Amino acid sequence: MKEKDILGRQGETLAAGYLETLGMRIIDRNWRCSSGEIDIVALDGDTLVIAEVKTRRSLDYGHPFEAVGAVKLARLHRLASSWCHAHELRTSSRRVDVVAVIDDGIGTPSLEHLKGVG
Amino acid sequence: MGVARSYCVALLGLNGYIVEAEADIGQTLPNFLILGLPDAALNEARERIRSAAQNSGIPLSRRKITANLIPASLPKRGSGFDLAICMAVLGAAGDIRSTEGTVFIAELGLDGRLRPVRGILPAVMAAVRAGHPDVVVARANAAEAMLVPGARVRGYKTLARLAFDFGADPQDLALDYDPAEEEDPDDAGTLPVAVPDLCDVSGQGDARRALEVAAAGAHHVLLSGPPGAGKTMLAERLPGLLPDLGDRESMEVTAIHSLSAVHIEKISLLRRPPFENPHHSATAAAIIGGGSGLPRPGAASRAHRGVLFLDEAPEYERRVLDALRQPLESGELVIHRSAGTAAYPARFQLVLAANPCPCGKASGKGVDCTCTALMRRRYFGRMSGPLLDRVDIQLQVERVSLADFGQAGGEEDSATVARRVAAARSRQRERLGGFGLETNSQVPGRLLRGVLKLPPATTRILDSSLERGVLTARGYDRVLRLAWTLADLGHREQPGLDDIGQALSLRQAVAAA
Repeated sequence: MKEKDILGRQGETLAAGYLETLGMRIIDRNWRCSSGEIDIVALDGDTLVIAEVKTRRSLDYGHPFEAVGAVKLARLHRLASSWCHAHELRTSSRRVDVVAVIDDGIGTPSLEHLKGVG
Repeated sequence: MGVARSYCVALLGLNGYIVEAEADIGQTLPNFLILGLPDAALNEARERIRSAAQNSGIPLSRRKITANLIPASLPKRGSGFDLAICMAVLGAAGDIRSTEGTVFIAELGLDGRLRPVRGILPAVMAAVRAGHPDVVVARANAAEAMLVPGARVRGYKTLARLAFDFGADPQDLALDYDPAEEEDPDDAGTLPVAVPDLCDVSGQGDARRALEVAAAGAHHVLLSGPPGAGKTMLAERLPGLLPDLGDRESMEVTAIHSLSAVHIEKISLLRRPPFENPHHSATAAAIIGGGSGLPRPGAASRAHRGVLFLDEAPEYERRVLDALRQPLESGELVIHRSAGTAAYPARFQLVLAANPCPCGKASGKGVDCTCTALMRRRYFGRMSGPLLDRVDIQLQVERVSLADFGQAGGEEDSATVARRVAAARSRQRERLGGFGLETNSQVPGRLLRGVLKLPPATTRILDSSLERGVLTARGYDRVLRLAWTLADLGHREQPGLDDIGQALSLRQAVAAA
């Protein structure tokens, strides 16, 4: 595994732990289909949460949130539909969250969470 | 975090409107939107603001920033809104304290410096009028902004310094950054331009006298004569005879200059009447103002409170000359374009110069002239009618004779004549101030034939000319106006027979007209 992928995995684990502390139930991770990958699928009450995790070492190349553009958001919404279809699950509501992890490898990683984007 | 606001000014022509910039920071993915009819330059503000803030040590929030310019319906142009938007965004993020009613007018450089913008004077005037006397501008604009009475102006060089004064955390601020003032390589713009002096003109007694009368009463002038007679030379010397501008007038003139100046940073209060000398190939838009989007002032407005000199007047397009009729009447130009309507003041003194015919030789006996009578008529006909109707002084300028030309020197200089003009002007103000007028050229006919009516013995020549049809009713009024100016120059209570006679000769003019 490349170093950047290890970092990404660490970030996702961190984010999943964080979401659980918020009371969400993680029901799937790193789900793949032909059109892409969902990092975390969770349930917040009866709302289905599709979470995208972005992890960076530093802010030198911009904030992780800035890497989530309109195209990526649209793909996340498409993936959410695919996931529901694949799992034959119908939820009354679902949303897309983004979690930014900044982990410089020295101090405690910092975590930011945006709910219901786009 | 939340919502914050600051103020700036949108200019429509010389009229400024207070614009409120409010910024909101939303808890969603990063984005930066500017709402409220921004043009292309204003939309680029996003990138300028982001970089300037970053490089000043107060990076913008990494959330969704929405900046809204109110009123939304007013079109906003240019880069002068950068600073106001930036301050609102920083306020919304809680990086600085509230800016209260302060007005911010400056463009941001990517490095965080404040850059000067055009039209600061009218913008600050509008801000003060609207009850926002606290104004922050770029250091290079501060001197100009301070010309406005009642404005509390602060000039800054960098965003970092400004943010510090509004309570930003000094720890990360780039306070040491001190960009060098841009040196203007062409510093000649600040030197007083030498105004040509009347003593350079040899001979031409009649024309000199006519120029003095024109200056005293602010009468429009037509100089007609062969090439080389000195028409242009005479016209260029008219501004030197005019009195200094008053406080209000010089603010008006400086405001127009501020909008159209090439060197944004070098604007000081203009005390002398301007002189505009466009080329005869000029279009209507160049003379009266125009351009794409929001119209900019033309030569007629830049000549406001000064002299608009149209050399070779018949060579102008007729459309251009006729476009001048509106400002001659109302002293204002209203220009409509897609982006809005702008009104510019244009109360100028018109000086027209013309050859007597296309070949230019039809003066005196006109023996060398090769033009047909029809050509001569057509040539002058291009500027006849309503335009010439408003030109009080129509004078034939002849070539200077050898006798006069040999005796160079000993002519009166501009300063001497200007003193007489100033005295005549103050007499006019005393007499006409009660009617809300300043100069004889503005006196309407009903006043001339009413309150200011002269005894019948004085106007006998005029009355009989009118009866015989030699003089039109409008011509009658023009002679009276000139006669009043002549009387003012001669310190007489009211015009006598001599003044009427001289006035008649000053507009005896131009054969074909």
